[in-house]
Amino acid sequence: MGHETPAGDLRLANLTKRFGVFTAVDDLSLTIPQGSFFALLGASGCGKTTTLRMIAGLEQPTGGQVLLGDRDIAGLRPYKRPVNTVFQSYALFPHLDIHENVAFGLRRRGIRQVTDQVERMLALVQLEGYGRRKPAQLSGGQQQRVALARALINQPQVLLLDEPLGALDLKLRRQMQIELKRIQTEVGITFVHVTHDQEEAMTMADTVAVMNAGRIEQLGAPAELYEYPATAFVANFLGQSNLLAGDAGGHSGGDVLVAAHGSRFSVPAGRARVDRGPVFLGVRPEKLHLVGGPDQVPAGHQHVGGVVSDASYVGVSTQYLVRTAWGSELSVFAANSGVGGQLAVGATVTAHWDPRHAFVLPRESGADDQTAPLLDEPPVGVAS
Amino acid sequence: MTALAQLPTSSGEPAAAPIVRRGRYKLLPYLLLLPGAAWLLVFFALPLLQLAAASLYDPSGSLSTGYAMTWAFGNYPDALQAYWPHFVRSFAYSAIALVLALLMGYPLAYAIAQKAGRWKNLLLVAVVAPMFTSFLVRTLAWKTILSDNGWLVGLLRDVHLLGPDGRLLATPVAVVLGLTYNFLPFLVLPLYASLERLDYRLLEAANDLYASPLRAFQKVTLPLSMPGLIAGTLLFFIPATGDYINAELLGTPNQYMIGNVIDSAFLVRLDYPQGAALSFLLMAAILAIVFVYLRKAGTEEVL
Repeated sequence: MGHETPAGDLRLANLTKRFGVFTAVDDLSLTIPQGSFFALLGASGCGKTTTLRMIAGLEQPTGGQVLLGDRDIAGLRPYKRPVNTVFQSYALFPHLDIHENVAFGLRRRGIRQVTDQVERMLALVQLEGYGRRKPAQLSGGQQQRVALARALINQPQVLLLDEPLGALDLKLRRQMQIELKRIQTEVGITFVHVTHDQEEAMTMADTVAVMNAGRIEQLGAPAELYEYPATAFVANFLGQSNLLAGDAGGHSGGDVLVAAHGSRFSVPAGRARVDRGPVFLGVRPEKLHLVGGPDQVPAGHQHVGGVVSDASYVGVSTQYLVRTAWGSELSVFAANSGVGGQLAVGATVTAHWDPRHAFVLPRESGADDQTAPLLDEPPVGVAS
Repeated sequence: MTALAQLPTSSGEPAAAPIVRRGRYKLLPYLLLLPGAAWLLVFFALPLLQLAAASLYDPSGSLSTGYAMTWAFGNYPDALQAYWPHFVRSFAYSAIALVLALLMGYPLAYAIAQKAGRWKNLLLVAVVAPMFTSFLVRTLAWKTILSDNGWLVGLLRDVHLLGPDGRLLATPVAVVLGLTYNFLPFLVLPLYASLERLDYRLLEAANDLYASPLRAFQKVTLPLSMPGLIAGTLLFFIPATGDYINAELLGTPNQYMIGNVIDSAFLVRLDYPQGAALSFLLMAAILAIVFVYLRKAGTEEVL
C-alpha cells in the first residue's frame, strides 16, 4: 500500500498565517510521527482548521514550512501534494455517483483500472453496493464514509480530517470514532484530525495537541494531557478542573508547598509546573471525595471543608457542588457504584484528595479560583 | 381520521368529508393554471392554428382577392427551395454569435457569481441595464459604433486589421456582433444562476484530489453549471435565429436572415402562404435542433 515516494514524519516549522492584522496561526512548530493518529483540539477560531488547510495547500502560509519527510511542500499546489482531506462538509460531487466520487482522485492521476480499488475501498467503509447511488441519496453517516473512502483510496502520506464527524448525531459519531480508529490502524496512514470535541480527540488520537489563539498549549498522549495539564486553559478545556488560586512557596522534601485560602497544601514536585509565585492548585472533580468531617479523611489525603450547594444525579455519577468557606464552589463527581448514599443539599462535608492526583499550574497574578463547572460538557473519564 | 377509521364504511367508499376537502384542493392547481392557459389559447394556440391554415392556402391568391384553402402542401418545398440560403445563414450567424457569447458570457457569469463579492449586484444590474432601452435603439447605437467614419473602424484601419476601404457596417461581422450583443444577457443570467449555487468547497475538494484548476473546471464546474448553460444557450439561440432587426439595421440584403424574409413575405410582398410556411419551417428546424441538443447535452447528468 506504499505511495510512490517514501513517507516520513509531517513536520510544521514556525508555521504562521495572518489574515490582515489577525494572526490565525502563530509560529507553530510540531512533529507528527509517520503512521500516528494526531488530533488538533481547540475551540472554534483557535487556528486548527487554518493549520489543516495549510497542510492541504488550500491556504498559503504567511511564514514557515510544511515538511513531509525532508521535503518542504508548503509551496506546492494542493493537487501536487500527497495529502488528502476529508472535509467537514464532505464536499461530495453531487453530479457524480458514489463510485465516481471515490474514483475521482485515481482518475485524475491517470489510473484507468479503478473498479477493483473502488470496490475494496467501499467495502472498507462498509458501503458495498452503493456505487451507483448519488450522494444526495445517502444519509449523513454514509456520506461521511464516502468522503473518507474518496480520500483514503489515494493512499496519501497524510490524511487530513476536518471535523469529519461534526454533522453526525451522537450515536453515529461514537460509531464512526471507533470505525475511524479501526481504519487508521488498518491502513497505517498518518491521520491528522481537527476537532473541537475533546472526547473525540481523546478517544481516537495517539497524540493530542490542544490549540488556543493560534498556538499549541500542550501536546501529548490523551491521558498525559488529562492527568497533568500544563496550563489552566488545558485543564479546563479537557474535562473539568477545580483550580484554586494560591501561592507556591518552594520545596519541602519531594513536595511543592502551596498556600491557598488560608490553608497549606502540598503536591509532589513531579506534578508541579512551577514551584514559586502565583499558582493554581488543581484537582479533577472525580479525584475529589466527600466525607462527613475532617476526622474521616484517610491518612495522607488533603482536604477542604464546605457545604453541598447542588447535587445533580446523572446516572453513572452524581455531580455535587460544594461551597467552600471562602465562597468558591468545588465540583465533585461521585461514581454511583452502589457504595454510600446520596448527599443532600445543605449537608456539611469535607472534600479530600490524594496529593498525587493534584497538580500545580502557573497562574497570572490576580486570577481567581476557576472552579465553575462546564455543565453542558459531559465529563471525561467519569463515564464508562 | 382515527375517529373516522372506526366508522363502518364499506371498503370502496371511504368517508365522505375528507374526499370533498381533498377534491377542492385537487382542483386548485388547475384553477391556478386557468388564466395562463386561457391567454395561451387565445393569443398563441389559435393564431398558430390560423398560421398553419394560412401556410396551406392557395399561393395564387392575394390579400385583396382572398385566399382559398387548397391544402397546398407544395408551399413548403417551394419556400425552402427559394430561401434555403437564408435558413443556412440564420443558423450560421446565430451559431457563431452563440460561440462568441459563450466565450464572453461564461467567464462573465462565473466572475459575477463566484468572485464579485460585494460588486455582485452592481454587475448584475450592468448586465441587465441595456434592456432598459429598446432593442431597436440599442441596435441603432451599434450602427453608429460600426459606421464607416466611426472611431472603431478608424482604429482598425490604423492598425491594418481593416484595409483602407474596409468596413464593418453592412457586413456579416456587424450582424453577428449585433446578435451577440443583443442576446448576451439571456445567456449570462441563467448561467449566473447556476454558477451562483456552485459550492467553492467542491473545487477545493477537486484540487485536493489531484485535479488541476483546469481539470476541476472540466469535471466539476462545467457539469454543475449545465442546467444554466442549457437554458442560456436555448434562450440565446432561439430568438437569435429568428431575429431580423440586426440583419436589417446592421447588414444589407446580402446578410438577410430568415426573419427578414418572413417579415417581407407578410408585410411587403403580402404573400401570406409563403410567410406562414417559412414560419413553420423555422419552428420545425429549431425544435429539431433543440431536441437533438437536449438529448446530447442531457440534463440527466445534472443531479
